[in-house]
Amino acid sequence: MKSTPLYRLQQFIGKSIPIILLTIYSLIAVFPIVMILINSFKDKSAIFGAPFQFPNMETFSLIGYETVAKRATFSIYFLNSSIVTFTALLLTLFIGAMAAFALAEYDFRGNALLALYLSIGIMIPIRLGTVGILRLMVALKLVNTLTGLILIYVAQALPMTIFILSQFMRQVPKDLKDAMRIDGASEYRIFGMVLPLVRPAIGAIGIFTMIPIWNDLWFPLIISPSAKTATVTLGVQQFLGQWVSDWNAVLSSLTLAMIPILIVYLIFSRQMIRSITAGAVK
Amino acid sequence: MQPSRRRSSFPVHIAVFLAPAVLLYTLFMVFPLINSLRLSFFGISDQNQLYFAGLKNYIKLFTDSNFAPFFWRALRNNFVFFAVHMLVQNPIGLLLAALLAEGGRIRNFFRTVIFMPTVLSVVIIGFIWQLILNPLWGVAESMLKAISLGSWFGPWLGKPETALVTVSLISVWQFVGIPMILFYAALISIPDELTEAARVDGATSWDTFWRVKFPLILPTVGIVSVLTFVGNFNAFDLIYTMKGANAGPDFATDIMGTFFYRTFFGQQLQLGNPTMGATVAAMMFLIILTGVMLYMFLWARRVQTYEL
Repeated sequence: MKSTPLYRLQQFIGKSIPIILLTIYSLIAVFPIVMILINSFKDKSAIFGAPFQFPNMETFSLIGYETVAKRATFSIYFLNSSIVTFTALLLTLFIGAMAAFALAEYDFRGNALLALYLSIGIMIPIRLGTVGILRLMVALKLVNTLTGLILIYVAQALPMTIFILSQFMRQVPKDLKDAMRIDGASEYRIFGMVLPLVRPAIGAIGIFTMIPIWNDLWFPLIISPSAKTATVTLGVQQFLGQWVSDWNAVLSSLTLAMIPILIVYLIFSRQMIRSITAGAVK
Repeated sequence: MQPSRRRSSFPVHIAVFLAPAVLLYTLFMVFPLINSLRLSFFGISDQNQLYFAGLKNYIKLFTDSNFAPFFWRALRNNFVFFAVHMLVQNPIGLLLAALLAEGGRIRNFFRTVIFMPTVLSVVIIGFIWQLILNPLWGVAESMLKAISLGSWFGPWLGKPETALVTVSLISVWQFVGIPMILFYAALISIPDELTEAARVDGATSWDTFWRVKFPLILPTVGIVSVLTFVGNFNAFDLIYTMKGANAGPDFATDIMGTFFYRTFFGQQLQLGNPTMGATVAAMMFLIILTGVMLYMFLWARRVQTYEL
């Protein structure tokens, strides 16, 4: 019975259906993105005449990118987004690691309470405090500055960072730290030794912190909407309108805005997904 | 856990480690949040002075004809937005996760591809779909024609009856990766022995999934639901990008986030009002808090977490 052709056919179909379904959904997931990417490299008549075709010798054109390059503003947005994202990321990781180390390593009075206080921010979105944040930024004269944005993003990312890192730091073997203490190392040196040991966790948290900051629209729109401090996300949102009828420019600027995140994602997707699933396996 | 921790006067190095995080978090997150809640009980005079107004803002929000109809519509729309995510995004996420969890090299590729839209900015996604659905370009229309559903096509984003569901589905398309990856992580952590035992007893893979695996991932179902709830009642970017602050057509896509933005910053006919904005934010806070509490006390307590 088990070797009849019918049985083998059933087995084959049973194995193929998941692959077919996943292929269909993958196409649905990338199709709109691919449409933007390929059409950004075509001339206008090809964009409308043959939207589904890849650019070829006749239809290839960089006219959209030339239009975007002429308005140098786009490079300012990139610079702003990069400064904000990387500064906020470094501060979050360093400050967060310090706090996580203290919570994981020392049994001081109020440890559990402080951990609870810091983790409220995991569930309550910082946006709900926007009215208060804007007042604070006005009072500190940080409106329309990148510093203001950085401080908000650090505060927003700290709760999750501390929560995850302190769990990883608890797993660092005690013997190592005690051996260093006997050798007379200061607590700061011990922190310096533990940090590289939780590097994989820091990497994963880094990516998960970075993406929402780079992509955020709300705070740039409210705290720093000026053309000088606009980020890529805000720039795309606010200034794409002026090219409404210039499809080449719209498609190229969307592509330019997508590329950095897609590159980072494709490089780190393995680690990113592994970090989520590793947490589950433990 | 570690027994040899010191417990005496508060050592300096602990304070040094904790101070930057606690200060930044308190100053830029906790304090503004509490201040926002406080401001919802205040009014602003013509001389730009704050005065205590008790519950006046809340009464205004629920009864004034400039606020109440908008508030209730935004709340109702937001529940529709949430319902679409719960009914479409999370089941598809679960299905994709179940298909991926079978393992294999090619599935890692699918996983990477399907998660891709999730990492892009909502603003970019909004523009992309606006172009795809644009009748001028006709991409969506030709796609539907190719599978002989051409007559379905319409200006979905422009019609009040379809606009809200359309933007909800675009959001689903973008964020399906999150439930997928969380369900996937839960599914692959189920030990093989459990499913093997069911298979030896002659259970089909359908039965194995619903009777063995699904009950084991119920805690993840709860986490996914509460994350969806918090994310949806805090959403703003997609609607603002695709339909503007007025969440057209005719406020058909207005949700709490856009209503909050308009109340805070004003719109064509009405000046912005920070304390009314704070009141709307306080209502959003209450809604989100209620959702999180329901999850913590009704779901997380009852659903047993199996130690695997």
